[in-house]
Amino acid sequence: MRAIAALAFALVAAPATAQDKPAVPAEKVEAAVKAAFPNPAPEWQARLHPDETMKACSAHDNAPPPALAEAIQARERAKIEYPADGQFMGDWRRGERLAQSGYGMRFTDYPPRNPNGGNCYACHQLTKQELSYGTIGPSLLGYGRIKEFSPEAVKAAYEKIANPHATLPCSLMPRFGSNKILTIEQVKDLVALLMDKDSPVNN
Amino acid sequence: MKGSHLAAALAGALSFLLTGLSFAPAQDMDTERAIERYRQMLKEDPWSNPALLDADRGETLWTTPRGPKNVSLEGCDLGKGPGVVEGAFAELPRYFADADKVMDLETRLLWCMESLQGFNRADLVKRPHPAGGQPVKELGAIATYIASKSNGMTFAAKLDQPKEREAVALGEALFARRSGPFDFACATCHAEEGRRIRLQALPQLSKPEEARKVVGEWPAYRVSSTHVMTMQHRLYDCFWQMRMPELELGSDVSVALIAYLVKTAQGGEIAAPGLKR
Repeated sequence: MRAIAALAFALVAAPATAQDKPAVPAEKVEAAVKAAFPNPAPEWQARLHPDETMKACSAHDNAPPPALAEAIQARERAKIEYPADGQFMGDWRRGERLAQSGYGMRFTDYPPRNPNGGNCYACHQLTKQELSYGTIGPSLLGYGRIKEFSPEAVKAAYEKIANPHATLPCSLMPRFGSNKILTIEQVKDLVALLMDKDSPVNN
Repeated sequence: MKGSHLAAALAGALSFLLTGLSFAPAQDMDTERAIERYRQMLKEDPWSNPALLDADRGETLWTTPRGPKNVSLEGCDLGKGPGVVEGAFAELPRYFADADKVMDLETRLLWCMESLQGFNRADLVKRPHPAGGQPVKELGAIATYIASKSNGMTFAAKLDQPKEREAVALGEALFARRSGPFDFACATCHAEEGRRIRLQALPQLSKPEEARKVVGEWPAYRVSSTHVMTMQHRLYDCFWQMRMPELELGSDVSVALIAYLVKTAQGGEIAAPGLKR
C-alpha cells in the first residue's frame, strides 16, 4: 500500500526546477491575486484564496512529504458526504451526459442555465465511443470490469469523485463533492458510469 | 494575389468553424488536420493571416492623435525610446522607471494610453477583450501591431533587474498556485509533457523547449473564436476555465505570469501574430 502511495505521489510530482529563485512571501502572492480579481461578488471571495490543503499542495508541487500527506488525507476524508440511503450508484446514462459537460461555475455561467457538469472526458478516456478525450488523468476504459464490479470499488469510486485527496493527497482532480461542484446524486450517476455492468465504460 | 489568398484563408477558416460546431470525434480529427493545412498555407504565404488586418488597424491607432489630450502614441516609450516599435516587443516585459513597475506590452500600452493620451483607465479595463466573433479591441490591435514588429526576432528580455526577477518569481509561484472551486493551477494542465485536454495538445509551459515553441505566437488569430486574442486575453480565458473571477487587464498577476512565461521561453523565436485553433 505504501509503495503504491509513493508511486502515486511520484506520478503527480512536478519536476523540480534547478534554478535559484528569490522566494516570494505568501502575503505578496495573495495580495497580488486579490488586486488582480477586483470586486468579485461576495460569494466568490472564497475562490480567490487556497484552503489549507491547496496551500500545502501548491507549496510542495503536489508531492507532499509523508506526514503532511497523511494529514491532508485525514482532513479531506472527513469532508466526504455520503448518500443517506447508502446507495453509491445512480444512472450511468445521466453520468455519461455529466462526463461530457464542462458547463458550470465559470463567470459566464450565471445565472445557471444548465446543471454543472463533471467534464470527465476533458482529462480521462472513458468509453470506446468517445474519441475526444484528454490525457491529464489515467484512462478509465473498462474501469468497473477491471475492478470486478466489487462493492468496495463502487464505494471507493464514490469517494474518489467526491474528494480525490482522501485517497491520493494532492491529486490534480477537483473535489467534485466536497467543493459542491456536483450534488450527491450527480456523483452517484458518475459512479454508475464507471461501475455499472451496462455502462459503455465496461462494454 | 495577396487579396485572393486572404479570401481563401477566410473561407477556409469559416469551413473549420462549421466543422468545429459538430462534436463528432471523427470531425474533430478532420478539424485538426484542416487547421494544420491552414497553418501550412500561412507559412507559405504569411500575408494570409487575418491578424494582419488588426496589426494594420493597430498601426493606424498608434500613429493617430487620440484621446482627451489628442496625441498619438508615438511619444510612448516601449523601452527602446519614445516611438521606437522595431524590436520593442522582443525585450518586454521590462522595468519602467517612469511607472516604477515591470510591464508587459499590453500593460505598457494601457499606461501610455492613460498617461499620454488621457484615456480613463477604468474605461480601458472595463471590457478589455472581444466576445467571440468580435474584432480585437483597440489596445489589442495596437499590441498586435507592436508584436508584429518583432516577428522573426528572438525573445531577449533580460529580466535580471531586482523588480524584474521579483515579477518572474511571482509568476512562477502563481503558475503552481491552486485555488478556486476546481482546485486548478496553471500547472494542472501545463506542467507535464505530452498531455491533452480533450483532443487539444497542452504545452508544458514550465519547460523551456516547449515554452519557446508557443509563447512567441501570441497575439494570435484564433480560428475557433475568429478574432485576435492577446496574451492577456489568453490568460483571462484560462482563469475563466479555472472558475476564477475576471482577471483585470494590466494586473500584477498578468504581468508576473507573462514575465515567467517569457523568461522560460527566452531565446525562442517570435512568430507574431500567430495562428491558433
